[in-house]
Amino acid sequence: MPETADKTRTDRSTAVATDLANTAKASKGGGDVVERTSKRFSVKDLNLFYGEFQAVQDVSMRIEPNQVTALIGSSGCGKTTVLRAFNRMHELTPGARVEGEVSLDDQDIYASNIDPVEVRRLVGMVFQAPNPFPTMTVYENVAAGLTLNRRGLSKSDKDNVVEKSLRGAHLWEEVKDRLDRKGSALSGGQQQRLCIARAIAVEPEVLLMDEPCSALDPVATLAVEDLIDDLKSRYTIVIVTHNMQQAARASDVTAFFNLEASGKPGRLVEMDATDKMFTTPSKKETEDYVSGRFG
Amino acid sequence: MSCPPPDENPAAAFDPAERVSPLGGGTIASGTLPPWFLRGVVGGAALIALAFLLATGGFTIVLFFVLTAVIALPTAYVWSRAAEGRRMAMDRLATLGIVAGFFVAVGPLISLLYEVVKRGLPDLNSSFFSESARGVIGAGGGAQHAIVGTLVITGVATLISVPIGIMAAVYLNEYGKGRLRKALTFFVDVMTGIPSIVAGLFAYALFAAFLGPGIRLGIIGSVALSVLMIPIVIRSAEEILKIVPDHLREAAYALGTPKWKVVTKIVLPTALAGLVTGVMLAVARVIGETAPLLVTTGVIDSVNTNPLSGRMQNLAVFAYSEYKDPGVDVQAGYDKAWAAVLTLILIVMVLSLAARWIYRRYGTDLRDTR
Repeated sequence: MPETADKTRTDRSTAVATDLANTAKASKGGGDVVERTSKRFSVKDLNLFYGEFQAVQDVSMRIEPNQVTALIGSSGCGKTTVLRAFNRMHELTPGARVEGEVSLDDQDIYASNIDPVEVRRLVGMVFQAPNPFPTMTVYENVAAGLTLNRRGLSKSDKDNVVEKSLRGAHLWEEVKDRLDRKGSALSGGQQQRLCIARAIAVEPEVLLMDEPCSALDPVATLAVEDLIDDLKSRYTIVIVTHNMQQAARASDVTAFFNLEASGKPGRLVEMDATDKMFTTPSKKETEDYVSGRFG
Repeated sequence: MSCPPPDENPAAAFDPAERVSPLGGGTIASGTLPPWFLRGVVGGAALIALAFLLATGGFTIVLFFVLTAVIALPTAYVWSRAAEGRRMAMDRLATLGIVAGFFVAVGPLISLLYEVVKRGLPDLNSSFFSESARGVIGAGGGAQHAIVGTLVITGVATLISVPIGIMAAVYLNEYGKGRLRKALTFFVDVMTGIPSIVAGLFAYALFAAFLGPGIRLGIIGSVALSVLMIPIVIRSAEEILKIVPDHLREAAYALGTPKWKVVTKIVLPTALAGLVTGVMLAVARVIGETAPLLVTTGVIDSVNTNPLSGRMQNLAVFAYSEYKDPGVDVQAGYDKAWAAVLTLILIVMVLSLAARWIYRRYGTDLRDTR
C-alpha cells in the first residue's frame, strides 16, 4: 500500500499544472508518517463582487500550512465568499468578480495562465450540506475525483485509494460492508464524512470547509472535528463556522470578519492565534462578537 | 411598544378568567359524525338518483352522476353544518367537490378507453399483427405494415430529436447566456406551437426541393415528427436539468472536474430518469400524428421497413384511410380502423410502462438531493 499511495501522488503531480509551484512533495504515504508539507495561502487586497454588489473589501491575510484556520463572523459578512475565492469557486456564480491577489505558495491563482480546474485539484472543498452524488454508490462517490479526472487507474489502485480515504475520514469501519449502497442512504453525519473522504481521495494540498457541521448533530460534529484535527497534519485547512465553540475547539488560528452595516462589504477585522482571539483580542469589535455582545 | 401606567398591574390585563379569544369560543370539542359519513351520503344520493331516473325512464350515466352530485353536495353540507359546525361542513363540501372534479376529469377518458377497447378488441387477432393489407379489399388482412411503419417512423424521429433536444437543453441550461439564450428560448416556445400539418409540409417541401415533387419517404415523416418533437424534448429536458441541484455541480467542480465532465458525468446521469420521461412524453405526443404523415410518407398497403426508400404506412394514417375508404366490406374497414387505434394506445402504454420501469430502476429521486 505505501507504494501505491506514493505512485498515486507522483502520477498526479505530473498531471497537475506545472505553473503551480511544486514545493510539496509526497510524504512516504501510509503508516503514521505525516511529514508532508502542504501549501500556504497569502491573500493581498482581495475584493470580491457579485455583480455591482461588493461582498468583501480589502482582505489581506496569510493562511499557514498544517494549521486549521477558522473564519468566523456574523451571517452575510463574506466568510464563505472568501473561502470560495480560495479555489476559484466564487467565479462560478454568474456575475461574480474577483480583484486582488490570492497566492498559493508563490503562485497567484488568479494569474491569467492559471487553469481554475487545476487550482481546484489542489484545493479541495467540503460543503455546508453533505452532497454525495446521488447516482453513485459509497465506493463510487469516494472514487469520483479519480474516475472523473484520471484515466487508466487500475481497480486495485482505486480500491486502495478508497479504503485509505475512508479510513482517513474515520468512516471505513462504518461503511466497509456497504460500499455498493447509494451514498445518499447513509446518515447525515456519515454523508458529510463521505464527502470529506471524496475530497481527500484526490490528495489536495488544501482543504476548504464551509460550515461542515452545520447540518450535523453534536455526536457527528465531534466526529468531524476529530477528523479535522487528524487531517491538519497533512493538509492546510480553512474552515468557515458559525459555531464559536467549534472555532475555539478545532482551530489554531481564527480570523474574524464583520461588516460595518448591512449592505456594506464585509472586511477582515482581526486574525490571530485562536487562544488569543477568544481571550484577549486586540479589537473591541472582536471581543464583543466572541463574548456574544453585538448587534 | 407602549408601557402600562406604573400604578397598574400589567398581569391583570392577562387574567385568564376574563380572556376572550378573538377567534371566538374557548371550546375545542364539537359534535362528530361517523367516518363513513361522506360515503353514506354519496351512496344514499346515488340510490335516490338511480331510483328517480329508472322511474322516469331517462337513465344515462352522465345524468346519473350529475344528479348524484346535486343531491349529495347540499345534503352533506347542511347535515355536517348542523352536526359538526361550519368549518367541518366546508371541509366536507370541499372533499366532495374534489371527488366530483376528479370524475369530471377522468370520466371522458374512461369512456374513450372503453369505447376503443369495445370496438377495437374483436379485430385485434393474430392476423392483424402478421399480415399486411396488400391485395385486401374487404374483410381480413392486417395492419402489420402500419405497425412496422409507425415504429420505424417514430423511432427514426426519436433518434433525430433526442440528441438535438438534449444537447439544446444542456446548452440553454448549462452554457447559454445573454441574448442568444433568450432568442433560442423564444424560438423553442414558438416551435412548440407549430401546427403539425405545417411541420409536415415543411419536411415535404425540404425533401421535394432536392428529390423532386411528389416524393414520399418514411424519413420525410420522421423529419416532420422531429420538428414537433424537438421543442417538447428541449422544454422537458430543460426543466429537469434546472432542478438538478447546484451543490452537486459544485461538488464536482471542487474535485477539479472540467465543466464538460460535470455535465456528462454528474448532471445528465442525475437527471436521467426525468430525461427519459420527457422523451416518452414527446414520443406519445407524435406517435399518433396523422396529418404530417399523410403528406410525407403517403399511403401504402404493403410492409416497408426502409425509411429511405418508398412509401410507408403508419397506424394513424391506416385508421384514417380505413374510415375514409373502407373498401367493399364497410364494417370490416371500420373495425380495422378501431383496432389500429387500440394498437396505437397499446404501444404508447407499453412505452410509458417501460419508461416507468427505467425510472424505478435507474431513477434518482431529485427530492432526495436537496
